[in-house]
Amino acid sequence: MRLASVDMVGGVGHERSLTQIKFNAEGDLLFSCSKDHIINVWFSHNGERLGTYEGHNGTVWTIDVDSQSRFLVSGSADNELRLWNVSDGKCLFVWEFPTAVKRVAFSDDDERVVCITEQRMGYQGAIRVFNLNRDGDGTNQSQEPEHMFHPIGSKATVCAFTYTPNLVLTGHESGKVALFDVVSGTEVLNNERAHMDIVTDLQLSPDRSYFVTSSKDKTARIHDTKTLRVLKTFTTETPLNSAALAPNKPYVLVGGGQEAMQVTTTSLRQGKFETRFWHKVLEEEVGRVKGHFGPINTIAVHPAGTSYASGGEDGFVRVHHFEESYFKAKPYGDLEIED
Amino acid sequence: MAFPNDTIDDELDFSDIEAKYRVEFDDGFDNVIVVDGVPIIDKSKLDKLLAKISKEFSRRGAVIKPDDIFVPWDDHSGKTKGFVFIDLGNADAAAFAASAMHGHPFDSKHTFHINRFSEIERYENMDETYVEPKVEDYRPKEHLRAWLADPHGRDQYVTYRGDDVEIHWHGKPSQCEVAYAKKNWTELYASWSPLGTFFATLFRQGVRLWGGPSWEPQHRFAHPLVKLIDFSPCENYLVTWSHDPITVPANLPQGPEFFSPEDEGNNIAVWDIKSGHLLRTFPTTTYETDDPALKKQMQWPALKWSSDDKFVARATPGQQISVYELPSMGLHDKKSLKIEGVVDFEWCPLGDKDKEDAEKPAEAGKGAKKKENMLAYWTPEVANQPARVTLISFPSRTVLRQKNLFNVTECKLHWQNQGDFLCVKVDRHTKTKKSIFCNLEIFRVREKDFPVEVVELKDPVTDFSWEPKGERFAIVSSNDPNLGSPAPGITIKTDISFYQLDRAKNDFKLLRTLASRTSNTIRWSPRGRHVVLATVGSSTKSELEFWDLDFTSEERREGQNVKEEWGSGIQQLGSADHYGVTDVEWDPSGRYLATSASAWRHTLENGYAIWDFRGQELEKHILDRFKQFIWRPRPRSLLTKEQQRLIRKNLREYSRAFDEEDAAEESNVSAELVAHRKRLVDEWNAWRARCKRDIAEEKRSRGQKLNGEHHEEEKEEIEEWIDEVIEQIEEEVVE
Repeated sequence: MRLASVDMVGGVGHERSLTQIKFNAEGDLLFSCSKDHIINVWFSHNGERLGTYEGHNGTVWTIDVDSQSRFLVSGSADNELRLWNVSDGKCLFVWEFPTAVKRVAFSDDDERVVCITEQRMGYQGAIRVFNLNRDGDGTNQSQEPEHMFHPIGSKATVCAFTYTPNLVLTGHESGKVALFDVVSGTEVLNNERAHMDIVTDLQLSPDRSYFVTSSKDKTARIHDTKTLRVLKTFTTETPLNSAALAPNKPYVLVGGGQEAMQVTTTSLRQGKFETRFWHKVLEEEVGRVKGHFGPINTIAVHPAGTSYASGGEDGFVRVHHFEESYFKAKPYGDLEIED
Repeated sequence: MAFPNDTIDDELDFSDIEAKYRVEFDDGFDNVIVVDGVPIIDKSKLDKLLAKISKEFSRRGAVIKPDDIFVPWDDHSGKTKGFVFIDLGNADAAAFAASAMHGHPFDSKHTFHINRFSEIERYENMDETYVEPKVEDYRPKEHLRAWLADPHGRDQYVTYRGDDVEIHWHGKPSQCEVAYAKKNWTELYASWSPLGTFFATLFRQGVRLWGGPSWEPQHRFAHPLVKLIDFSPCENYLVTWSHDPITVPANLPQGPEFFSPEDEGNNIAVWDIKSGHLLRTFPTTTYETDDPALKKQMQWPALKWSSDDKFVARATPGQQISVYELPSMGLHDKKSLKIEGVVDFEWCPLGDKDKEDAEKPAEAGKGAKKKENMLAYWTPEVANQPARVTLISFPSRTVLRQKNLFNVTECKLHWQNQGDFLCVKVDRHTKTKKSIFCNLEIFRVREKDFPVEVVELKDPVTDFSWEPKGERFAIVSSNDPNLGSPAPGITIKTDISFYQLDRAKNDFKLLRTLASRTSNTIRWSPRGRHVVLATVGSSTKSELEFWDLDFTSEERREGQNVKEEWGSGIQQLGSADHYGVTDVEWDPSGRYLATSASAWRHTLENGYAIWDFRGQELEKHILDRFKQFIWRPRPRSLLTKEQQRLIRKNLREYSRAFDEEDAAEESNVSAELVAHRKRLVDEWNAWRARCKRDIAEEKRSRGQKLNGEHHEEEKEEIEEWIDEVIEQIEEEVVE
């Protein structure tokens, strides 16, 4: 089965490695952020750059866009969380913290934003939840978070809202996956042994009832949001940086690669830097897509499931449009699988 | 905080533990011995007797004075009771006196019987009733070769990854399964015995052997901190080595299975596998040179076995070869073979035919001279003496053949596995000692007078390998200037050459040379004919080439040697690549090849792969922290040559049955797989349905509207009209 063809490589946009990429709800826009301090927005169908969001003064670690494509939030190593107007690139508001912002995410009703700040220089790692004031032009925001708490134990690396208000999912350096109640700041549920190493990415299913995580322990896993039970495991040979769920098709996309500092020999074996497709129910690998010549840092799939994008350590964003055969192929026969 | 432990303590009965660990009190009588068998005398002779006793004791080294002796009296008769107590001052002296004087003949009628005073007390407390020793129920031992009776004829292999040791069955894809798995089964590495009977694992305390279908422990050999082990070819004996010299702590249990004080300081131990007894220990022999640069690594195996397990030999480099007889482990003929300058030696292996002959006792008794073991060794050039390769027979110690060699840097002895040929790979230097080239001196051992043939080569040879049971060999040679100075990232260019014995001319002739490869390892199939050339230990190249040397002549083995062009049968069957390969090993049947990338060498893409003999990948597992892969060896077939020929003749009949089996299984497997997938999907769908219900309820309870979420977005068709002006012509129309 031929999976995809590359139609565009966003080569000029970033000078350094990508940290996160996101599609908007319609999938026509693709946002990308990188270690070069700049956030870019692209037309996803042809790779033309629409604009940039400039203002951060450090690596932009994370971005998220709301479901109306009106607001964009970004977190950076300059200790700032910024709110942007998607359509004109204006910075609407800046929150300042003592340490870098590692992850941001919108809630499903766009009303709230959760962010993780790093544990560094004597400051505890913190998870803050802000209530966004969506009225007016968006510049009138409260500096103070609605809720804030410090998770005890291993550092949190990734987070997201669940479908239940006030419950936040987190992934940790130790490989733990946990559910926090943001109001009380307590750990409601956890799975200490979800992964054996750092959780590098966490992406939810459209209805937020299950999610996929990737980890440096070379596996990606699907978990039940309600119970945190591990449902599926996908084992690869390289540390993984990102995992994404393909809508409408029962596939999981994973990407990663040996970190540059850990590669002792310079064998440019393409095999390590591929996006790999796994059947999410049968846990069998169905295909690979090559392209990057460095580890893949982040993967996002078009909300309609028609294309996907990957951002690499090599500084490229590659958008791949799925080919006809991807939609037609039934590698495992006529098995009807619920999304 | 409460301490619930207290209550538990009260309830438990510790009396058994207390009895076990009861401290023995020193009752202060350790220095007293009781001497029985003393003549009964009256008072008048007392002084004389005491003087005599003390004299006798002092003569044996236990110095006492008459004052130390206490004589109990029988008040009725006025005579002594026939025993005395002697105080020796301390416990050690008492122990010495007891052992020295026990059974000492005092005079013709009296003999001393000595007991320690404290022991007498113990005897008193002894339970007098006879307890019959419990006869242990007979437990039949498991069949150690049960794996050979597998109905599918599968082979086994062991993998060691992280702390997990697993034994797998390997057959057709559907028949591959894990036979047994155990965590922390070994602390260093695992090993099979040469015929596959035992599985050996190494622990800090020593070696353990396992076997049988349930993998029960069979034997153990207590050699602390053991690092290397080696089995004898017939699996009767085991040699172990530890870097740390043997020490015998005071509390070490005694017995034939354990080290005794005279073993202290040695490194090598020889054990009898069946009884578990220690036979003998040796120190490690190293080259006695003052130059640290010349100090070579210890050779392993340090002890070399003759292939019938009757002798084991050990070389003291530069001096002698010592041959020991089994099972006594005594030096044969009480003297070593004194050979000035000896560097290395090898026993001649026994061929299948030799073994068959040896198993026919009637014939052997009929005076048909029993074949002796053979041993080859070499000595380097010293002063005006040339270097020399010598073949001697053993135990008669007669020299069978000698060959002098000149300008020798190094020799390597390679026996063909049937003992038909001996190849001495001689690395020679030119007069200036600047460049090295190689000669192969091939001894045809089965022929009269051991004719030697020389194959001269221009380049150094890095690897040499005989075809098992065959008349061919392969060499890796190289003229790469980087040879000998390995640098990271540089892969040495090599040439591979195949040679074969030309029956007509009776010499070895080049079959074919494969030029400019990177392969550095030759692996012949244990059945011969197929060979794999691999590039091992390189960071950039990891090629595997699969070759067939009898591609055109299917029937060669049947003896119908069809005349054909020399070397035309060589054909490459396939090539493959296993990134980072560190080990290449054929299975004992010669059907499959296993390659592995061990974490002991590097940490990139560790794991293993199994290929068929054509180079088709059958399995590949990339596993973190993968360390070791070994096929389980098979013993020699029990079928005679005749029976084997019969099977080969009727192969078609047999294969029909197998084909049917295969077909049936294939349909079975696919049905199973489909069912398995169906089950997975059903589980998933059921779970999704539950989830959706839950979310709907959740939202309803929160009073949210249940929007269908599916606001179908209308696809916008954008039509782009492009006008392109191809040509513009202005025409003037003149009316």
